[in-house]
Amino acid sequence: MNVTVKNTKAFLTDYAIYVVLAVLIIGITLTDPSFLSLSTLTNILHQNSTKAIIALGAAFVLITGGVDLSAGRVVGLSAVISASMVQLSDYPQKFFPHLNELPIIVPVLLAVLAGLVVGLINGLIVSKLHVPPFITTLGTMVIVLGINSLYFDMPPNNSQPIGGLRSSFTKWGSGTFEIGSFSLPYLVIIAIIVAVICWVIFNKTRLGKNMYAIGGNVQAAHVSGINVGRNLLWIYSIAGALYGLAGVLEAAKSGGASNGYGNMYELDAIAACVVGGVSTTGGIGTVPGVMAGVMIFGVINYGLTFIGVNPNWQLIIKGLIIVSAVGFDVRKYLAKK
Amino acid sequence: MTTTQYLLEMEGISKSFPGVQALDNVTLNVRPGTVHALMGENGAGKSTLMKCLFGIYSPEAGEIRMNGQKLHLPDSRAALGSGISMIHQELHPVPHRSVMENIWLGRLPLRGFRPFRFVDGKKMFRDTEKLFKELDMDIKPDTIIGKLSVSKIQSIEIAKAVSYNAKVIVMDEPTSSLTGNEVEHLFRIIAGLKRRGVAIIYISHKMEEILRISDEVTIMRDGRQIGTWDAKDLTTDLIISRMVGRDLTQRYPERANVPGDVLLKVEDFTSPIPKSFRNVSFELRKGEILGVGGLVGAQRTELIEALFGIRSLSSGRLTLRGKPIKIRRPVDAIRHKMALLTEERRVTGIFPVLSVLENTVVANQKRYEKPYFILEDNKRREDTDRSINRLSVKTPSMKTQIRYLSGGNQQKVLLARWLLTEPDILLLDEPTRGIDVGAKFEIYTIIADLAAQGKSIIMISSEMPELLGMSDRIAVMSEGSLTGIVDGATATEEEIMRLAAQHTA
Repeated sequence: MNVTVKNTKAFLTDYAIYVVLAVLIIGITLTDPSFLSLSTLTNILHQNSTKAIIALGAAFVLITGGVDLSAGRVVGLSAVISASMVQLSDYPQKFFPHLNELPIIVPVLLAVLAGLVVGLINGLIVSKLHVPPFITTLGTMVIVLGINSLYFDMPPNNSQPIGGLRSSFTKWGSGTFEIGSFSLPYLVIIAIIVAVICWVIFNKTRLGKNMYAIGGNVQAAHVSGINVGRNLLWIYSIAGALYGLAGVLEAAKSGGASNGYGNMYELDAIAACVVGGVSTTGGIGTVPGVMAGVMIFGVINYGLTFIGVNPNWQLIIKGLIIVSAVGFDVRKYLAKK
Repeated sequence: MTTTQYLLEMEGISKSFPGVQALDNVTLNVRPGTVHALMGENGAGKSTLMKCLFGIYSPEAGEIRMNGQKLHLPDSRAALGSGISMIHQELHPVPHRSVMENIWLGRLPLRGFRPFRFVDGKKMFRDTEKLFKELDMDIKPDTIIGKLSVSKIQSIEIAKAVSYNAKVIVMDEPTSSLTGNEVEHLFRIIAGLKRRGVAIIYISHKMEEILRISDEVTIMRDGRQIGTWDAKDLTTDLIISRMVGRDLTQRYPERANVPGDVLLKVEDFTSPIPKSFRNVSFELRKGEILGVGGLVGAQRTELIEALFGIRSLSSGRLTLRGKPIKIRRPVDAIRHKMALLTEERRVTGIFPVLSVLENTVVANQKRYEKPYFILEDNKRREDTDRSINRLSVKTPSMKTQIRYLSGGNQQKVLLARWLLTEPDILLLDEPTRGIDVGAKFEIYTIIADLAAQGKSIIMISSEMPELLGMSDRIAVMSEGSLTGIVDGATATEEEIMRLAAQHTA
């Protein structure tokens, strides 16, 4: 009897966040049974694919014991860069009026590269100048916004939202892959591929193991012969490239871009990570956990809107979930009393 | 009930963790004004018992009484309030604040009236001065605590315990980082506390100390209490055999091999920091155990860390197998087949939240890399498994987070980590610090075996018997200089002490 109570309690502590998710889904379904459907699932997945990619990038940095505030603004930068180069040749308000249609891969790679360069700079500042990651990425976040806004304001664009994107580009954001009557968005497939690659890096490569070691005890990592600086360069660069990719996909999904894209996405990403069990002190975190974290917020956003909950209440619920999830998680890792 | 002669009674204490019965019906009775030594190997349950006393763990069974009154200890605040204080092995002061603020933290004296109350700095200063005078301590209350030595900070911790009107003070390995003189000072403070009727529960692995200062000794093994004896009825051998549950005929393994040719030559090693090591030269032979003795502050750790590329040099030449080499970072040292077991296991050794497996293979990852950067999981597991068996590491599984292992087992994992890199030269910095007698012998055996296999070992140790028992030669440092190298077989403790104290005032 006592044992059952104890086990139930332990179960609730360990899986609190999934319990919350289940309660939410049940509550939403009771209010409107049509919530439980295949289209709901694909909608939620489609909405959260780019967020998942950003969260994975953020997880790299968090596991090393750092934090990356530049994520959202990098998304904005790469969205604008890619969109500015994939406009239809006959679109009246072209960013580059004399630019011919480039193969799609060129702007995509340039935009991802821009993200990677920002990540590399973050990594250099953190590892060579030993500026704390929070401050480093706070600085680059603001700088990236400035650069993006300057680019966006260049004549003849003069801060007009960029539109008229070619369909060969936008299809990656809105197109689907048909399996019988079921249509799976390309975005979801891309996010799954990225997640699998991240899982392999986390679990099967030296870089991944070093990432956990650096977050677990940076001094011991140094003594063990891990080149901490070089590993951090790689990690911040990969994170930056993932934000860059997410930015491209955001532009493709919405069919346009402006310098305000990605605002505060870094906070969503960090929230998804910590709710998914990534430790903010480093050394702990898994890809499935991060995915679960992203899905939890996805269900909340979609589900609560579905049954018509006031968006302001949604904010309050999200905040409570972040705090309580970490509260439970910390209890799990504290010395068991 | 009130007629008891004991100040503190812990009776029938039991505590279990998933998979481990950490304490099984343990009883510990302590008389006022005495030093009660608590002994046992690492993992015997000493720390767990003390954590129960200090309200950090709540025991599943048993009762704790102070002066016959049952205590309820939900947290350490309650323990402090009941007159129980603990001096931890690792001290955690607030480094950038003053001595007095550290002492009165959480109960700073206030003046003025609500809600306009301010910290009364003058009263705090006076109270601290008075407290230090009572304990015969000479520290200015407004010094920034981070600037003081470990031993000073420790005596401040003791003063803090006294300021709580502690009736029972637990000291966990209090002398592990103190020099000879500092130990004497600590013992004087302890004598003073005894006169005030304070009971001291003293945890230490150092037999000489225990036999010298304790009145009673309780020995634990595998979570059980083996017994309590008067210290005067005990000898080192008796304690050891009761701790490990068998007779230890010898404390150091036989050494079979004779050192070979010179392998490593260190010349004129000098640190850029003025008071650190300077002009140190020595040779290390193949298959040799070179002990490094000296007092705390002799800069031995700094020297060895410079050798491994963690600290920088202002001058110095290094010759390996007759060829000059340069080591600027640990990676270079590892490439030259060197390994370093650091002194601060928790700070620079273990990755607490990572598994035993990851902790074992971390310095060796390159060898598991298959094409396309993928690591070979099977080999990683096999190597870990072999290491765990070879060094008999006690762990529930290789997936267990290393922080749940005892100190001795953590040390074995660290040793395993470096053995996997197949080093030729092992730098061991206090390899048995904070490790119990049984595990110590195992580690000595491993070290002796390695030397017999032709590996060269530099071993820093502050324990004389260990230096004399293990080393082929002993290099002694004092205040950053190498003051002499003596033969391990013929040297005496006096000779080493004389060299170690050569430059000290």
